[in-house]
Amino acid sequence: MAVDPLIELRGVNKHYGKLHVLKDIDLTVGRGEVVVVIGPSGSGKSTLCRAINRLEPVESGTILLDGRPLPEEGRELAKLRAEVGMVFQSFNLFAHKTVLANVSLAPLKVRKRSREDADRRSRELLERVGLLAHADKYPAQLSGGQQQRVAIARALAMDPKVMLFDEPTSALDPEMINEVLEVMQQLARDGMTMVVVTHEMGFARSAANRVVFMADGRIVEDRSPEQFFTAPESERAKDFLSKILKH
Amino acid sequence: MNVLTDNLSLYGKGLLGTVELTVYASLLALVLGFVMASFRVAPVGSLRVFGTAWVTVLRNTPLTLLFFAVLLGLPRFGVVLPFELFAVLALGCYTSAFICEALRSGINTVPTGQGEAARSLGMTFGQTLSLVVLPQAFRSVIPPIGSTLIALAKNSAIAGSFSVTELLGTYKPLNELGYSIVWTFVWIAVGYLIVTLSISAIFNVLEKRWGVPR
Repeated sequence: MAVDPLIELRGVNKHYGKLHVLKDIDLTVGRGEVVVVIGPSGSGKSTLCRAINRLEPVESGTILLDGRPLPEEGRELAKLRAEVGMVFQSFNLFAHKTVLANVSLAPLKVRKRSREDADRRSRELLERVGLLAHADKYPAQLSGGQQQRVAIARALAMDPKVMLFDEPTSALDPEMINEVLEVMQQLARDGMTMVVVTHEMGFARSAANRVVFMADGRIVEDRSPEQFFTAPESERAKDFLSKILKH
Repeated sequence: MNVLTDNLSLYGKGLLGTVELTVYASLLALVLGFVMASFRVAPVGSLRVFGTAWVTVLRNTPLTLLFFAVLLGLPRFGVVLPFELFAVLALGCYTSAFICEALRSGINTVPTGQGEAARSLGMTFGQTLSLVVLPQAFRSVIPPIGSTLIALAKNSAIAGSFSVTELLGTYKPLNELGYSIVWTFVWIAVGYLIVTLSISAIFNVLEKRWGVPR
């Protein structure tokens, strides 16, 4: 794997005030690869995920997407973000629009597709995440799990090259986590390139090609899930795994 | 008591003047306020500075002083317009500063995640603002914008001192004709009530219409 890099981070650093949240991050994600980022809270894993589409600007280092460096804020960056799907912890569905309109909005306005084309594709995607029956509802009328599946459909509507998931199940009730993970598993099987920040170890084991373990702003381990979960190398990872896998 | 019936056309002209000033200045204030609010949240530093300066200068200048500046100042630079137009300019620009701040507070009520989601889908700053943020901000700014426009309607009385025909100014000829000053002003007040209550009514309807459950 990783012969055909889609995302490359080289020597990336970022501070929040005095807090050094990303320390010399080097990471390559190959086309079709599923990389799961795990680590304790405050380890910088969300910031890493958000840096890839420049929702968080970084101070030094380079981030390449499909071989091109991330542009400065402006139209070029917007164009690039259209190629990168993002799913947030808090769903962030557009509260004033119906489910269908949420999915169709960006294809209509960014890709300039016709209303007919955009809606047809949106309905296909909603069918795929099992929510076609809810197309005319507003986000507030759906459960968290349903909202997150709509958010995934909305990101997919732009036909992204890569999907970023920033703790997609952390705000969900336990019984709703699986319906979201199933959609993500299916995506992974379909060959989507994915970067997933999560605490779902089951998902990491079953769907990931690589597990990246972060602590204190650094990448501590970057290995296959099998190796990572059965024989973690660093003390930090051993400690982390012992705490979360015990109960 | 018969001051109204005797001078219906004078009152009518005054009321019409006030309504015209209010409508045109409101439109100008809304457009400028919208533009300035966009500037103040723009990712471009120079636009933010311009928006902030606009608000600071106009909001902190007494309106009468602003009228003097526009009506006496602009002609010195060769800008000669009808007084009505000058009055609309002064009123509109002044009120735009308040509209801008009301809009901006509305923008701040929209969770940042909404804007982030829009940007992550490839929308430009303008699209994010106009398609996602402002439609949601709109609902919470209807009441303060209504209040601001009511204030504008009453502020338009200042234009009367600069020989623009408007409602308050009608007291002068009526006073000279010897009508009771009390009743003259009662009917003027009723005229203002008609204007301001109409604005209230419009904004109540807007609030009901856009207050959809979400």
